[in-house]
Amino acid sequence: MRLKHLLASVAMSATVLAATGAKAVEIEYWQYVFETRVKAMDQLIQKFQAANPDIKVKQTTFPYADYQTKVAASIMAGQGPDVVQLFYGWTDNFISGKMIQPLRASAFPAADIERDFFPIVSAMKRGNDYYGLPTAVRSLALFYNKKIFKDAGLDPANPPKTLDEFVAAAEKTAKRDGGGNLTQAGVTMDMTGQDHQWWREVLIRQNGGQPYTDNDSKVAYNDEAGLKALTFYIDLQKTKKVGQVGFMDEGQAAFRGGLAAMTIDGTFRLGSFNTIKAFEWGVTELPANAKGERSNYASYFANAITTKAQGEKLAAAEKFLAYISSPEAMKVWLEVVGELPARRAAALTPENLANPIYGPFLKGLEYAHTTEFKDEMAQRQVAIDMVNRVLIGGETPKDSLAKAATAEQAILDRAAKR
Amino acid sequence: MSATGTEAAAGGLWSRLSLSQKQVLWAWAFLAVPVLFYTVIRFWPTVQAFYLSATDWNVMRPASYVGFENYRRLWSDPLFWQVFRNTFAYLLLGTPISLLLSFVVAYYLDRVRFMHSFIRALYFLPFLTTAAAMAWVWRWFYQPVPIGVINDILATFGLPQQPFLRSTTQALPAVLAPAIWAGLGFQIIIFLAGLRAIPSTYYEAARIDGLSEGAILRKITIPLLKPTLVFLVVFSSIGFLRIFDQVYNINSNDPGGPLNSTKPLVLMIYQTAFSSYEMGYAAAQTVVLFLILLVISLVQLRIMRDR
Repeated sequence: MRLKHLLASVAMSATVLAATGAKAVEIEYWQYVFETRVKAMDQLIQKFQAANPDIKVKQTTFPYADYQTKVAASIMAGQGPDVVQLFYGWTDNFISGKMIQPLRASAFPAADIERDFFPIVSAMKRGNDYYGLPTAVRSLALFYNKKIFKDAGLDPANPPKTLDEFVAAAEKTAKRDGGGNLTQAGVTMDMTGQDHQWWREVLIRQNGGQPYTDNDSKVAYNDEAGLKALTFYIDLQKTKKVGQVGFMDEGQAAFRGGLAAMTIDGTFRLGSFNTIKAFEWGVTELPANAKGERSNYASYFANAITTKAQGEKLAAAEKFLAYISSPEAMKVWLEVVGELPARRAAALTPENLANPIYGPFLKGLEYAHTTEFKDEMAQRQVAIDMVNRVLIGGETPKDSLAKAATAEQAILDRAAKR
Repeated sequence: MSATGTEAAAGGLWSRLSLSQKQVLWAWAFLAVPVLFYTVIRFWPTVQAFYLSATDWNVMRPASYVGFENYRRLWSDPLFWQVFRNTFAYLLLGTPISLLLSFVVAYYLDRVRFMHSFIRALYFLPFLTTAAAMAWVWRWFYQPVPIGVINDILATFGLPQQPFLRSTTQALPAVLAPAIWAGLGFQIIIFLAGLRAIPSTYYEAARIDGLSEGAILRKITIPLLKPTLVFLVVFSSIGFLRIFDQVYNINSNDPGGPLNSTKPLVLMIYQTAFSSYEMGYAAAQTVVLFLILLVISLVQLRIMRDR
């Protein structure tokens, strides 16, 4: 008896829900939990719904650790989001799993995208199709501790511009105790942080090479340029003795703790560094090489439309995606989350460029590269091990570089077969 | 459905059963819940893992059958053999050292009357601490100067710094130390219970016969502790073979590093499954771990069985 009642009430409430929802198309948006991102998206949804009363957007969030698995499992089960946020490096996986669909050219003409967005958006392009658009992007810059600079007799208003100046500043600011132990680092060395991106997309290019070829499916750094880039990095610890891998456990911890003069990190670190009270810090563009050539690494989370969205939901999803990739949305994102706008016009405003914090990151976007990772964690591990083999294992940089190239090529080949 | 309805319907059948049949039925009725739970939550996924290990499932696409391909890949993967060696290093160092330490502590603690429970509680305390929290504390102990406690002390006395977690040879023992320390409390409690279970009359008789303390230990205490010992050896072996949280948290930026020198099999499985999403390959590793655990447990039970 009770069961019947229960069934009846469930059926009734379902009908009621269906009746009230019939007026508006409801689409679901998924992203991972990060307080400011969720808050920004709530604001965007509110504004979007006010402008489009016939569309309702429901936001669902998950912890980052389970995010990719949950999205995959739910879409395969025919559930889940209509619009989904994904890291650009997952695009291949999502496409091969038939989880996301190409953006229709009628709604998102490729020419417009290429004109308005920073070139790094090409990492979302397969063939002639774009599979998603970012709201915000991240890039790298050099953070420096103004107090340490002043104490070492360096001008805090004039941070290093070239790699030579960078090394010279590191040499002036590094400190050692009587036993030769490093007590203050000139520069942090942490391949587990952003240094592997710096080595891959910046140092290798500045030495005249390129990290990969063929859409990042062939390792190309096992050459003179790759070796020079690796040797430069290793020498910071080995011969210049201005940094030490593992000093203060993590590079960002050393900088936060005021025991490192310089660190290379991304926009996503701003939130954490903004809470530093003990000293003032500044940001500057990543150092150029002797010829003045610069590079940077940019990454982003893009929003894509899943294969689940069809018919009127697809139209609603397109409208929503267009809104959250609009200049207006990017402005909200910058204010609430602190991430850089993905559209040139929204990013490169005189006001943003003059901002002492955002300025250097934005300038970096103009010449930034985006690695098309196939398995980001595994590829990062290759770089970590490459440096460890030299610093701990005593291998020559040349041997270690060759091993890294072989190991990473194996990862790329396996990914290509999938 | 209401309870009275069931009874009324089954009433005729139920009254015809004998008392013992009723007891059996009741027993099974109560057992049904755990049996069902174990079948659905434990055994079914285990069977699934065997099936998955023969596929190339990567979460994104439906699985397709690849036969023994995953096992072939595992066999020729140098990382697997390194991880295999590490796993056995944890086992072969961890189990004897932790058992020896805990036995010595329990043996002498058993004779201490002064603040006995307090000291016992102190030894037990680390066992109550979350492994992740503990790993983080030890992680800071092992840091280089200026923040690492151990290296700070070394530097104060003018001794050279030790790399600990930044060394391929020191890292594994450095990770193992907190794991042993954490498990000590539990093993001490079990040993104490085992020691207390030996009748004191045996000791009295031995002392009257003039046996030395060493002889008493060898001839009476250790043989009679055998059941306790078997339990602890099996239990701690499985623990060390499955070590994960300590390793992952003590070096979370390069888990199992440096250069895979501390990576145990469980961590390799985790990374294959949840960062590379190669579920089929990870399932094959799981099957291998399962077989290792099975063989070792069976061998230990056999060797340590009463003759």
